[in-house]
Order: sequence, then C-alpha cells, then structure tokens
Amino acid sequence: MGTASLQKANVIGLQKVDYKGNDSTLCAGCGHDSIASQIITACYEMGVKPENVIKLSGIGCSSKSPAYFMNRAWGFNTLHGRMAAVATGALTANHKLIGIGVSGDGDTGSIGLGNFKHMVRRNVRMVYIIENNGVYGLTKGQFSATADVGQELKHAGKNELPPIDLCMEALLAECGFVARSFAGDPRQVVTLLKAALSHRGTAVLDIISPCVTFNNHDDSTKSYMWGKANDDRINDFTYVPHEEEITVEYEEGEIKEVTLHDGSHILLKKLDSKHDPTDRAAAIRLLEEAREKQHFITGLLYVDNRRQSLSEHLRLGDTPLALMPLERLRPSRESLDKVLESMT
Amino acid sequence: MIASARPDQQAGLHEEALASRPPVINDFSISVATKNGSGSQTANTTLLRALFKMGIPVSGKNLFPSNIQGMPTWYTIRASKDGFVARRPHAEIVVTLNPATAIEDYQSVQPGGFFMYADDIKVQLNRSDISHYPIPVKRLATENEKEPKLRTYVANMVYVGALAQLLGIDLADIESALLFHFKGKRKPVDSNMKVVRLAHQWAADNLIKTDPFRVEKMNATDGLIMIDGNTAGALGAIYGGVTFAAWYPITPATGVADALNYFLPKLRTDPDTGLPTYAIVQAEDELAALGMVVGAGWAGARAMTSTSGPGISLMTEFTGLAYFAETPAVIWDVQRMGPSTGMPTRVSQGDVLKVYFLGHGDAKHPCYLPGNVKECFEFGWRAFDLAEHLQTPVFVLSDLDLGMNQWMSEPFEYPDQPIERGKVLTAEDVKRLGGFARYRDVDGDGIGYRTLPGTDHPLAAYFTRGTGHNERAHLSERPEDWENNMARLGRKFETARKLMPKPIAEYVEGAEIGVISYGSADPAVEEARALLARAGIKTSYLRLRALPLEQTTTDFIAAHRRCYVVELNTDAQMLQLLRLHAPEFATRLAAANHSDGLPLTAEWISAAIRSGEGAAI
Repeated sequence: MGTASLQKANVIGLQKVDYKGNDSTLCAGCGHDSIASQIITACYEMGVKPENVIKLSGIGCSSKSPAYFMNRAWGFNTLHGRMAAVATGALTANHKLIGIGVSGDGDTGSIGLGNFKHMVRRNVRMVYIIENNGVYGLTKGQFSATADVGQELKHAGKNELPPIDLCMEALLAECGFVARSFAGDPRQVVTLLKAALSHRGTAVLDIISPCVTFNNHDDSTKSYMWGKANDDRINDFTYVPHEEEITVEYEEGEIKEVTLHDGSHILLKKLDSKHDPTDRAAAIRLLEEAREKQHFITGLLYVDNRRQSLSEHLRLGDTPLALMPLERLRPSRESLDKVLESMT
Repeated sequence: MIASARPDQQAGLHEEALASRPPVINDFSISVATKNGSGSQTANTTLLRALFKMGIPVSGKNLFPSNIQGMPTWYTIRASKDGFVARRPHAEIVVTLNPATAIEDYQSVQPGGFFMYADDIKVQLNRSDISHYPIPVKRLATENEKEPKLRTYVANMVYVGALAQLLGIDLADIESALLFHFKGKRKPVDSNMKVVRLAHQWAADNLIKTDPFRVEKMNATDGLIMIDGNTAGALGAIYGGVTFAAWYPITPATGVADALNYFLPKLRTDPDTGLPTYAIVQAEDELAALGMVVGAGWAGARAMTSTSGPGISLMTEFTGLAYFAETPAVIWDVQRMGPSTGMPTRVSQGDVLKVYFLGHGDAKHPCYLPGNVKECFEFGWRAFDLAEHLQTPVFVLSDLDLGMNQWMSEPFEYPDQPIERGKVLTAEDVKRLGGFARYRDVDGDGIGYRTLPGTDHPLAAYFTRGTGHNERAHLSERPEDWENNMARLGRKFETARKLMPKPIAEYVEGAEIGVISYGSADPAVEEARALLARAGIKTSYLRLRALPLEQTTTDFIAAHRRCYVVELNTDAQMLQLLRLHAPEFATRLAAANHSDGLPLTAEWISAAIRSGEGAAI
C-alpha cells in the first residue's frame, strides 16, 4: 500500500486504510497475501462499502485470508469445503450483501467439490476465489486434487493422478463468469476482481497462488518461477465502472466489449489465442487444449450475464428476508382458523 | 375351504354362532394389506377420515416398505369409542388385496374378527373363529373402469364400499372424506364414489354379515382436526416466521418440506408486492442443507431444515460449528429406524442421545420433544424464538409415527407470544455503545449480543469462526479464553434449561410406580396406564417435552418407588440421560424400551411394567 493511496478518499469517502484487515500470519511471500491486498485495492477503488460485505471461507491456509482484509466487513470462517453452502444461505437471507468467498484447492477441489458445483449451478451472486497452490499447506504438504500429473513434492512423492480443473468444473455447472489468474500478476487479479464484483451471479476466479513453503520449487507448475515464465494471457482487459465513460481506444476488431449486470463494462483485448470469452464451448475447448499441452493460460475464460441469480430465481424483493418486518412474518389469526377448518 | 367358495357355501354352523354375538360398536382395528404404489393410501385415508367425520375417535398408521411399487404394505385403522389411538397388536378386521401376504394376513385376524379378501386370491381358509368375506374386487373394478392403469387404483375403492356396507359407514361421510382428499376436485371424487357405491351395493346384495362390528355416529371428534405431525410442524414454522428453509429429501421428514412448499405461498406472500417473504432451497445434501441454514441464520434469517437420522449424521459438523460460533438454527429430526437405510420407513426414537450431544468436542443442544401434533405446531413456532434468543441450534425430535400418520387433535392455538429476534444490536446501538464484544456475557445469562451483516456502522462487524476466540471474537488459542468461552456456553445452557417447556406430570394418589415417556409413545402409555389401573396397578405419568431435563423430572422420580422409562429404541437412551440427570435416583429408574420398527402398543407397555413388578402377565 502506497502512502498516497492511504490519503486519497474513494467515491464513498473512505481511505484505503478503511479496507485493511489484520496482519497476515501466512508465510512471508505467500500468494494468498498478494490476493488479499488486491481484494482491498479492488473494493477500495470501486467504492464498495465494507459494511455491505460478507467475506467467507472454508478451512485451510486460503481460508485464513478473510481475516487479512476488510475488518469492517463480516467474516465467517466456516467448515472445510462448506463455504459455498454457508454463502448460499447468507446471501439468500440478505441478497443485498456483497459476497466474497475465499477458498483453496483442497477446500473447493476435494472436500467441497459437490457443494461448490451446486452453488455455481444455483448461481448465487458472489465472487468465489480459489487460491490454488496444488498442495495442502496447513497439514504440511500433501498433494491436492489440482496438482498436475508428474508434479513432485518433498514428502508426498510424485503425483500420478489427473488434476481437477476448477474452471472447467465451473463452466460445466454453467457458471457465468470464469477466470484464471496468477497471484504474481496483481494487475490482472485486481481487474478480474472488479469485473467479478459486478457480475450478476457466481463469479469463479481460480488464482494460482504459490505456496512458498511446500510447493514453490522450480519444477512446480504452481510456483512463482513457473507462473512468471509460463503465464500465457488469453486476453488483456480493462474494467470500466458504469459511471465512467469508456475512454480506452483500440483498433477496430481488436476489442470486445461486455456489459456487466450493474452497467459496468469490460473491454477485452484479444491476444494471440483469439479466444471469444462469450463462447462457452470455446472456453471449454481452450481449457482442454491447455490441459493437453500443460499450458498455463490466464484471463477471462467465459462471461455470460443471462442466467438469473438465485435471489432472482427465488423472487426476493427489495426487503431482504433477514430484515423482513415482523408483521410480514406471522400470518393472521384468521388465516390459521381457515387452515384448521380445512383439516376437519 | 378355498377362497373361491361363495359366501353362502361357507356359512356353516360356526358362522351362525358368530352372527349371534352382541354388536361391538366403534371399537375395533382394521388392517388393510395391499402392495405399495397401488393407490391404497387414498382408500385408507378416506376410510379414516370418514370415521373421523362420523365423530368416532380414530387413528391411522401406515406400515409401509421403502419402495415405490409392489412391496407389501399395511395400513391400520383403529376406531375407539374410548378415545385410545395407539396401535393395537392385532386387528379384528383384516382386508387383503395382496396375494403375497394373504396367508400371514389370514392368520393375523383376531378370533371373532373377519377376513375380507379379493376373491381371486388362493388361500386355505381353515378358521372357524372368524367370518369370511370374499369380494370380486377385479370384476367390480373392471366393470367400472375401462382404463387398465386406473383399475388398480379404483380397486382399492371396492373394499372401501364393502367395508362401509358391512360396518355401516355413511356414504355421505365417505364422499366428504374423498372431497377432503382430492381438495374439493369433483371429477376424481365422482369416479371413486362410483366404485364405492357399486361395491356397497354388491356387498348388500351378496354378503351375509356374521361379524359383530358396527359403527355408530358419535360426537367425540366435534371441533377436532386431523393432521400429520410433519404438516403441523411446518405450519408452526410458518406462524413462527420462518424465512429460510433448506432441506434434502429423506423419509420420513420430506413431508415437512412438502407442507412448507404447499402452505408458504398461500400464507406468506407479501400482499403489497406479491413476492414471497421466504425462500426454500432443496439442497444437494444434508451437509449443504444445514450449511445454508447456518449461513442464513448468521445473516439474520429465521432458518430451518428438516431431516432424519442419516441426515443428522451429515449435519454433525455444522451443528458443532453453529453451537460454538453461536448461530441460530432450527433442525427437525423426524426419527426413523436404524443406521443408514436401517428400516427407513419404520419408526424409532433412536436419535435422542446423538442429537442431544451432536457435534465434536463438547456440545449439547436444546431439544423439543413433541408428543402430539398440537405440540408439533407449538414447538414449530417456539423453536425459532428460542434459537434466536439463545443463538444456537435448536432441535425438534419428532418421529415417523407422529410425523407421517394422521392424528386427531384439538385445533392449534395461535402463538401467544410476539416473534422474538433475540439480542441483535442495531447501528444506533453500536454507535451508542462505541462498539461491542460479540461473545461477552453482558447480562449474566451466557448470551452475547450480535449484529447482522450489513449493519451500517464501522464498528458493527465481527468475525465468526469455529476456531478458538475471545470475547471480542478475535482468534485466540489462549487456554483461559477457551475455558471462559466454554463456561459461558455452559451458563447459556442453564438459561436454555429454564426456557424449555416443562414436562407434564400427572401424579396419581397412592401410585408407587411412575411412567416416564415422551414423543409418539404417549398414546400407548396412556392406554397402558388404563390397562394397569384395571388390574389394580396405579401409575403416575411424566411426559417429557424437552431436553435438557430439569427439576420437575427429579421431583417426579423422587416421589416414586420405581419409574419405568418407556421409549422406542434399543439402548434405552432417555433412561441414560435421566440417570445422568438424577444419579442419586439411578436405581429407581427402570428400562421399558422396545424397538421393532412399529409404534408401541399399550399391551406391550403394560406387560413390561407388570413383568418388572413381578406380576403375572
């Protein structure tokens, strides 16, 4: 955090310091801390009100993260793999809240895979971040389900099983916002976070976030070295908040503009891959090709605003269920008499 | 004798003797044997409700298999002028449409009773102590229904019509029962009534009644309703202000969610906006169901789930978290038999110990123990007030018998307490207080103050976690913080003890024996006490209505030489809790537990107590 940003107030009059959390207790250099600071930056720059935010996590190193950003938001460190379910309940109880979930690859890719996919399928409006390092850190270095074939770890040996690609899982569950990024690319992470916060439903961000203690050796596909050397960005994009004019200039045909649910835009500049992120089949193909070639692609893989979010599907009105006035909650005495009359 | 024999060929001397007996009015049990999935439920509940509409006290119990179609299923109906509604071990009237069980059914008829059967069933009829009524079920059904698929369904109406004729059930009451069943839809009522009338006429023309069983109109059900416990519980929840329900399908709890889905749109649609004031989510499993409930309760919804034993197992981890993180949740456990699939369509009270201590590490929970459908409704709404007051998971332990079967009841009373949301601080409160400590025992009742996410003050937020924490909800692994927190949770549990509904104690003068029971065992206990009283054994009765236990129970045990704990499980689970609660009286407590998948009978309970007392059975 620069000194300048500490002094400057954002659109709702808060300084960046108002978004800070506790000091991290993760290992020095952990990718997760870099992501936490990008969450702070994104929310500060977008003028997100911390009191409107719930930040949830499961269990694991990643899931400690919510304590390290936005102390003025409500945190819930839930159960291993179960953040999706808790978030579904909380964001249905109060669909006006902004949900930020932080999970890990063990949390989402193994124990919580089912709950994760069902949350995506329901399209709960939230940003779901996977801090993916391919390893169980808190329990001292076992492979996770996202570890690539042939990866080696000090104690666990060699991984022979195919990885679960969480972006692919999200796509198959009809997720409307799927991105992969790298904790070592803060500019991309922060831009993706902003776009994700503007998305109508579940936005899944699978961020490769190196574990400096257990899985950061040069041969690891989840290391800083590897990420920096191999990060192949499929698109370069700019997030334009809805109140701002689009001022970026691109050559015609080079740019794709996507309008998000809240009226903000993302301007995508296609890079070599020519990937169209509004084409779901293309996104699935791209991931499959990347898997075959062990390519590390990052960027916005897929975006689609058309699906209703869960709260829309449930027809929740302006008043959140949690704040429903008491007189709306108990039907009249006469109504009970009528029901009972029908049971005679 | 062979079943194809005509009734007049059967009518021998013994039938004349049978026919000369005095009538037995409004006091018998009927057992109907069919294949499941054949549509017999409509017929059985129609008979049940017709008797109810005639003013005769009745109860109906469905003894069904875990299967969609084709396995044997029995439905028992008991009419009792004295108002006893427990299951009886044998039926005087046995109807069978199922060849697979016909022999067993035939042997089960109580001496003096009658056997009604589809006349194409081949069974050796060799009893002279009962009456026999073969019915041309197929012919009557075929005559009436051209659609082969519907024939099986209307076939069930044949025995309804024949029984109505033999017993004297008014066809108008059958019709109004059908109207109830089909929610007023004329077309299915008419097509069913056509078969009922046809069978009624056939029985009048062809059967010679040699049994003594009759019905007569009474007024014992005036003003009463008839409903299942699952629906009653769901209605309770609706009047208790449920705003969020997440659930996963499981027998026998599914009816709770079904009733929520049926009644919530009717009762809880906002008249101004036309939008729901609730949300129901069918979860992907019970882990997620309770996870959603915990999340919703944390964010301020009045949230519930309903499940049964296997689902409770999956909810263990979240229950432990909710207990420790102190989030409200209402959990209905409609108990069934055994582990995994066990006997999933049979009743048990086997989750008592598990649910009471559900979690990992130290945990214990307030549990309501509804003993009838009226309490299902009452505890249904009270559970939300309690969960929010205590900021903790609250359980309602119902069971399959109470939950899925139809019960007569006094109409439910409208809640007499305003909705309670517990200790929730507003933004103004936080401003005035200059912040707050989430887990501090400000009032000495062990209950902290909480804020709801979204409360508009920079000091309103707090961090919720299953990890060790101090009063300010900060992560802590300090031993004294852990101990202080657990001691406060202990004080909170003492607060709960005072808030739970007290047992209902009925002291009988001169009784040295007490009976302690709970839940759906109640009707059988009441009837057993009547049987025992007739045999000169006086009993007092304590019906538990909640956990944790309290002084009323201790006093009751202290006042009796011996207390029999009647319950429907193998390990005498409540007995164990009672011994923990009142160790000084441990030896006065005796087990009278039984668990075979069927609702308890008065006969079994009275025999168990007489045997315990050394009396001849």
